[in-house]
Amino acid sequence: MSDTDATLKISVRELRKSFGRKRVLDGVNIDCASGESLVIIGGSGTGKSVLVKCILGLFHPEAGSIRIDGVETTGLRHAARERLLQKIGMLFQGSALFDSLSVWENVAFGLIQGRGMERPAAREIALVKLAAVGLGPEVSLLRPAELSGGMQKRVALARAIATEPEIIFFDEPTTGLDPIMADVINDLIVKCVREVGTTAVSITHDMVSARKIADRIAMLHQGRIVWCGPTAEIDDSGNPYVDQFINGRAEGPIRMEIRAA
Amino acid sequence: MLRFLAAVGAVLLGFLAGTGRLVIFAGLTLSTALTPPFYLRAILREIINIGYFSLPVVGLTAIFTGMVLALQSHTGFSRFAAEGAVATVVVLSVTRELGPVITGLMVAGRVGAAMAAEIGTMRVTDQIDALTTLSTDPLRYLVLPRLAAGLITLPMLVLVADIIGVFGGYLVGVYRLGFNPEAYLNRTHQYLETIDVVSGLVKAAVFGFIIALMGCYHGYYSRGGAQGVGQATTYAVVSASVLILVFNYVITAVFFGR
Repeated sequence: MSDTDATLKISVRELRKSFGRKRVLDGVNIDCASGESLVIIGGSGTGKSVLVKCILGLFHPEAGSIRIDGVETTGLRHAARERLLQKIGMLFQGSALFDSLSVWENVAFGLIQGRGMERPAAREIALVKLAAVGLGPEVSLLRPAELSGGMQKRVALARAIATEPEIIFFDEPTTGLDPIMADVINDLIVKCVREVGTTAVSITHDMVSARKIADRIAMLHQGRIVWCGPTAEIDDSGNPYVDQFINGRAEGPIRMEIRAA
Repeated sequence: MLRFLAAVGAVLLGFLAGTGRLVIFAGLTLSTALTPPFYLRAILREIINIGYFSLPVVGLTAIFTGMVLALQSHTGFSRFAAEGAVATVVVLSVTRELGPVITGLMVAGRVGAAMAAEIGTMRVTDQIDALTTLSTDPLRYLVLPRLAAGLITLPMLVLVADIIGVFGGYLVGVYRLGFNPEAYLNRTHQYLETIDVVSGLVKAAVFGFIIALMGCYHGYYSRGGAQGVGQATTYAVVSASVLILVFNYVITAVFFGR
């Protein structure tokens, strides 16, 4: 896809980001079309979360370009960044629910604080979104600490979709969940993305999840995208990094940094 | 020698960098006060948290401070046959110095640590990043209400501490040292000036700002899980306590230095 493609929702070019002397992103190039579900896979510590946080503006890259809807976002000032974030939702790895607020207040947060909606109206929407992720109104008054890990993920998903964003980022949506709950979350993500036509960018190292929710998969290794293609082609990618990763082999071009005792 | 100078230089540079970061943090936060939205509900919640829930500890500290001050000054002044000055010494010491400083230190321990722990936990669990992605400025939503509440609430607390502290001195003066109640109250009134109370309240406002700023700053920049949050609370309390003592001297010098 070219930069000028009108259907391109997100376009990242030559993105570089370091922490001290450690270069985490070393010239990342990736595109995501409107309504597409892109999954970025890769081992732990390869920079997947850093890439997403750079796109969201939570980290400032040293070089490169990030375009959303054709607009360069790397140098956006505060107010413009807030406007941009109104069309983005994010599901964090650890859910990141606000401890001091009830479940419905968490879900309605973006509507009340971000969009200035009245609390009763926002509560109605929050209850609808909670129902969409399979949670009843009895949960709405509980605090996040009173919920199981799976329920917290569902609430976080409800919060991510509450403002009906054009783009949703999912950071390790199934990590730490049992296989059944992970599948429930995957189904919910697919349902939310397909029904609303949202553009989704997920990062995971869970291949079951990746195969289920992705239209396209990209693999990040040592700060670069080493392969990108349709989900159906991942088993025949011919890329040794991808083959080693999806088959979970210790032997291969990817070397884990394990220090001898 | 060179190594020693390098170490001193590194410490100095670190101190300057930290100070600069703190000033930028405070400046950015205060700049959010110039434009809406204003989170009045959050400010009210923090005022109740800082003010109402600190009343027991501030009250207890103030009454015992006033009591011990009366006892000590009586012991000292009796050597010069100047026992009559006890009431004056108690009221001036409490309103000018002990009320604001003791209250500031107690609130720094109770509230500053809690702020650092709460915001630090939010930082390490991605809740602050979540606020940003929900189009909410964390400085405006989390920090500004705490700074405003600290600024508003500490003077109120100090006013209460002043009254309770003077009452503590009165209790010891009248029931332990045998002063005439009316004479003690007259002495308390006689030498007390508006500036004595006002200087204490100005100190309180500054201390409230410092406590909230240090709690929020250390929490906001905490790193590394539970250990990082623990460190942030320690730094918040220690730095706020030291700054309270430093600014206490500076404000005293400004009001009474001539």
